[in-house]
Amino acid sequence: MPTNRLGRARFRAWLPALAGLAAVSGASVPAAAEPPERVVSMNVCTDQLAILVAGEGQLHSVSYLASDPNTSVLADRAKGLAVNHGLAEEVFLMQPDLVLAGTYTTRTTVALLRRLGIRVEEFAPDSSIADIRTNILRMGEVLERRERAAELVAELDRGVAELGEGGASHKTVATYYANSYTSGAGTLVDEIVKLSGLVNVADKLGLSGTARLPLEMLVLSKPDLVTGGSEDYGAPALAQENFVHPAYRAVAEQGRAVAVPSRYTICGAPFTLEAARLLRDAAGQATGGAR
Amino acid sequence: MSDISRYRLVLAVLAILATVLFLLSLTVGPAGLGFADSISALFSDKAGAIELIMREIRLPRALLGLMVGATLGLSGAALQGYLRNPLAEPGLIGVSASASLGAVIAIYSGLTIVLPLALPLSALAAAVLAVVVVQSLAGLRGSTLTIILAGVAVSSFAGAMTSLALNLSPNPFAALEIMFWMLGSLTDRSMTHVWLALPFMLVGWAMLVALGRALDALTLGNEIAASMGIDMRRVQLLAVFGTAASVGAATAVSGAIGFVGLVVPHMLRPLVGSRPSRLLPASALGGACMLLAADILVRIIAPGRDLKLGVLTAIVGAPFFLWLVYRTRRKLA
Repeated sequence: MPTNRLGRARFRAWLPALAGLAAVSGASVPAAAEPPERVVSMNVCTDQLAILVAGEGQLHSVSYLASDPNTSVLADRAKGLAVNHGLAEEVFLMQPDLVLAGTYTTRTTVALLRRLGIRVEEFAPDSSIADIRTNILRMGEVLERRERAAELVAELDRGVAELGEGGASHKTVATYYANSYTSGAGTLVDEIVKLSGLVNVADKLGLSGTARLPLEMLVLSKPDLVTGGSEDYGAPALAQENFVHPAYRAVAEQGRAVAVPSRYTICGAPFTLEAARLLRDAAGQATGGAR
Repeated sequence: MSDISRYRLVLAVLAILATVLFLLSLTVGPAGLGFADSISALFSDKAGAIELIMREIRLPRALLGLMVGATLGLSGAALQGYLRNPLAEPGLIGVSASASLGAVIAIYSGLTIVLPLALPLSALAAAVLAVVVVQSLAGLRGSTLTIILAGVAVSSFAGAMTSLALNLSPNPFAALEIMFWMLGSLTDRSMTHVWLALPFMLVGWAMLVALGRALDALTLGNEIAASMGIDMRRVQLLAVFGTAASVGAATAVSGAIGFVGLVVPHMLRPLVGSRPSRLLPASALGGACMLLAADILVRIIAPGRDLKLGVLTAIVGAPFFLWLVYRTRRKLA
């Protein structure tokens, strides 16, 4: 029996390759017209995109993070689905016909699942609005739900256009997370800050990517607004002690602290624009108070 | 030069060095403030950004460097004298690792939110337990080997329990903090930590310094010391609780920092002579110098990366430890 199953798995491993050959020779003919019926997602971002794009009953399982309200916006909608922890054995036993994964996490699991002949589609993390658009459209392709994906992209574009009409307030904002990390140039959060019409302090300091913003530099940069520290994991950690430090409190007082829950910006989707709206509204209030 | 005047000279040089390093620690940081600006900001009445940085970020860091370093140096010298063991040190005999475990349990269970004093108290309790366990395993006249082995056992057990407690925490950041608890850091500590640790350290220091005369007598052997009127129970009480109170409080706010208590007394012993009572204050100053220097270096070597203090102290301390083992191996066998 085991040899038999392995043999079958090996045969199935060839299928995508054959399909790929067919796609090359058949030019524009879609590789697989049959929509996948039992999709398992192992990454909190593919989880949420799949929840938004998939048809009724198409999505079988999402990762355990999808139902955590700290990381996932769609935690409520993840509740009815089976839960996985990105382990090969667990996912294989679910007998999926498509596995969705991120390109940074569960690397060994992805390699193993491919060896077992399961189709795995990987999605890179979003670092811009353009990436979000690409990933939504690609999710539409792999789930055979192109119309739904187009709707979501239209929703995203409407939101971006609406934010653009607001004009720039030129207030400065510092994003300050646990362990003194901040989002600099080239990150999704940086683009969100720009969309909201604000100026990112990390940009002014020349930081790129997710980088450390020492508490001293935060104090010295005197931002108009500060975001971060609103997550509650139900247990304390030293990583969050920077939010009770007297120096941070002095910066964040007088209405400068804005709560922008990180669940909006961990993954890219139309809901990510909510973060930009929160920032824009906070900047508007700050202006009203000061002038 | 007479013995006593050389001893005074060593103390004076160490005190000056500690002061210089303390001032240097105040002026090193990512904000790149000028020396005169930063020192004057410490004493100014304004409430600007520079004043905030100096008073709430740099001052507690420099103070803790001084306090934690003095604690480690002093307790190392006291333990080496009390256990009459050249390899004794809070890190190696498992006191630091156990204090870490105590602090971890207090912080991650949420106890410190209700009662901030639970942090140093819990670290102290765990440190007392470690000294008592090591001592009862090795006996008062325990050989170098048994004390080190008992220390290794206590250290690894406490380290494993610390990892377990942090891994079980529902907070995703907790597991990453194993590094802080095992290697130590003074980054972004606040005056709250200074006030929390200081009373326990003061009590601990007083107890350890009070050991001086007894440790001098102990160098002649237990029986002679007892005949000189040294109360061994009192000595034990002072050594155990003095170490636990000061090292417990230090570890609770800065994590476990190894090897300071090992290296410093050995480096200073040839300078002050072999009398433990003289080695105690010298080691306290020497420990403060070493830790302040390490804390300045982590900010210069890898700014913005939060290099842990224990990495630097181990780079100096571990080869030194190996050399000590090599030198004492005849006695070990």
